[in-house]
Amino acid sequence: MNKHSELAVYNFAYLDEQTKRMIRRAILKAIAIPGYQVPFASREMPMPYGWGTGGVQVTASILGPDDTLKVIDQGADDTTNAVSIRAFFQKVAHVAVTTQTAQATIIQTRHRIPEETLTDNQVLVYQVPIPEPLRFLEPRETETRKMHALEEYGLMHVKLYEDIARNGHIATTYAYPVKVEGRYVMDPSPTPKFDNPKMHRSQALQLFGAGREKRIYAIPPYTDVVSLDFEDHPFEVQQFEEPCALCAASGVYLDEVVLDDRGGRMFVCSDTDYCEKRRDNGHRGRLNGETAGAVK
Amino acid sequence: MSDHPLLRVNAITKYYGSRVGCTDVSFNLWPGEVLAIVGESGSGKTTLLNAISTNLMPTSGTVEYRMRDGQFRDLYRMGEAERRFLMRTDWGFVHQNPADGLRMTVSAGANVGERLMAIGNRHYGNIRQEATQWLGRVEIDADRIDDQPRDFSGGMRQRLQIARNLVTGPRLVFMDEPTGGLDVSVQARLLDLVRGLVNDLGLSAIVVTHDLAVARLLSHRMMVMKEGKVIEHGLTDRVLDDPREPYTQLLVSSILQV
Repeated sequence: MNKHSELAVYNFAYLDEQTKRMIRRAILKAIAIPGYQVPFASREMPMPYGWGTGGVQVTASILGPDDTLKVIDQGADDTTNAVSIRAFFQKVAHVAVTTQTAQATIIQTRHRIPEETLTDNQVLVYQVPIPEPLRFLEPRETETRKMHALEEYGLMHVKLYEDIARNGHIATTYAYPVKVEGRYVMDPSPTPKFDNPKMHRSQALQLFGAGREKRIYAIPPYTDVVSLDFEDHPFEVQQFEEPCALCAASGVYLDEVVLDDRGGRMFVCSDTDYCEKRRDNGHRGRLNGETAGAVK
Repeated sequence: MSDHPLLRVNAITKYYGSRVGCTDVSFNLWPGEVLAIVGESGSGKTTLLNAISTNLMPTSGTVEYRMRDGQFRDLYRMGEAERRFLMRTDWGFVHQNPADGLRMTVSAGANVGERLMAIGNRHYGNIRQEATQWLGRVEIDADRIDDQPRDFSGGMRQRLQIARNLVTGPRLVFMDEPTGGLDVSVQARLLDLVRGLVNDLGLSAIVVTHDLAVARLLSHRMMVMKEGKVIEHGLTDRVLDDPREPYTQLLVSSILQV
């Protein structure tokens, strides 16, 4: 089965077939119970914890020879984490890789959901550091499991209450808790809350893998994902004052880049593929040199 | 007081291995009544309280509680979800050490509001208003609402714990040495406050204490425990003024007279 591989020592996609089978079973259970954290026997991977070992195991288990893989880290295809995971799967699975969102069948992500709307033939795999949304409110794991089982989620609102009491608004901007299909409260991994609405009734299957914590959870396609809030302090996403400095996109998530030591800064798309595509289509932002004359 | 008891405790026995926690304790608690359980350290008071409040599974015996619909339910035959819901709505539990009953890292307002949020209140303004009002009732200044309990004095923490428990309008409150570790003047103020709240709200309460003065001030009835058994049981004034058992006589006579 492994005839394409030059590395006879590795099975296709690194993990052995029994391990993949075990992880697929966990994934199936996770899909059957949206938002529920399924324990699985997480393996040692050839990268440190915190680098996406959970996501890599999930990707390895669902990857087929015909898949096209895209890996992003904070929205970018060219950062260390993304480059090394992409290279890893090229080496151990010989799959096609891409940086273009629309061409990928599996997208492994750390901290972002691509700006382009995903479709029903795509799977989004998240790398999750801490899967338990109640962790910092209730340190006992036995207790948090019981709280999930009995749907006791009052404590989650205590956190939001504290936010408002201290800051006047809900100051949680990432890992913003959501309720999945009206039942389980879930940590959407440290994605900015800007991306929470994209999870709601997404066409793509969303899988979450936490390697160190040994948990897998999932949001099946077309599932309700509702961000928690108060009636008088409704959930809202971040707003940016200016458009992307390179492609002039607005309504997307922007990164702040410091340009010099005199307060110069610019805001650019965090999704590099989206930004590049827009520039290819002729969109020009404030700091895109080629069309300096066109800048205001 | 109504015709039916609120709580029926029937032959509760708890063994720790071969050691006795408490044996064969039975009593009824009536609505609006405060029952004190007194006795020396190790006499089984706290074991009994924990066994009644479902924190500790008794070895044998039953505890039945009259729900709001008037039906008696055996607490140990209820589902866990229902029991926990009961504990955080219809019951309160005031711990001796406030740190056990409070969330020390969230503000006073959130501590009071937690139970409201747990039963589905999702309006920040209302929760905060309710919390402010409750802080007022337990004599904590409204401008301390955003402070954490760790910045509070012992007496304030204990009062905050009481407010946190009473916010959902419980019918039954368990108190384990509520004035333990507080100095005498703070104790007096706290007792006064608790007595007022119990009267105003018509609460039933079971108070565990080794301090007979607390029992005298708060309770209508009291039970004296020794070595896991209830040795004397009666109206508080009767037991304290006319103790029958030798041990109770000893207990009453050992109160320091200043």
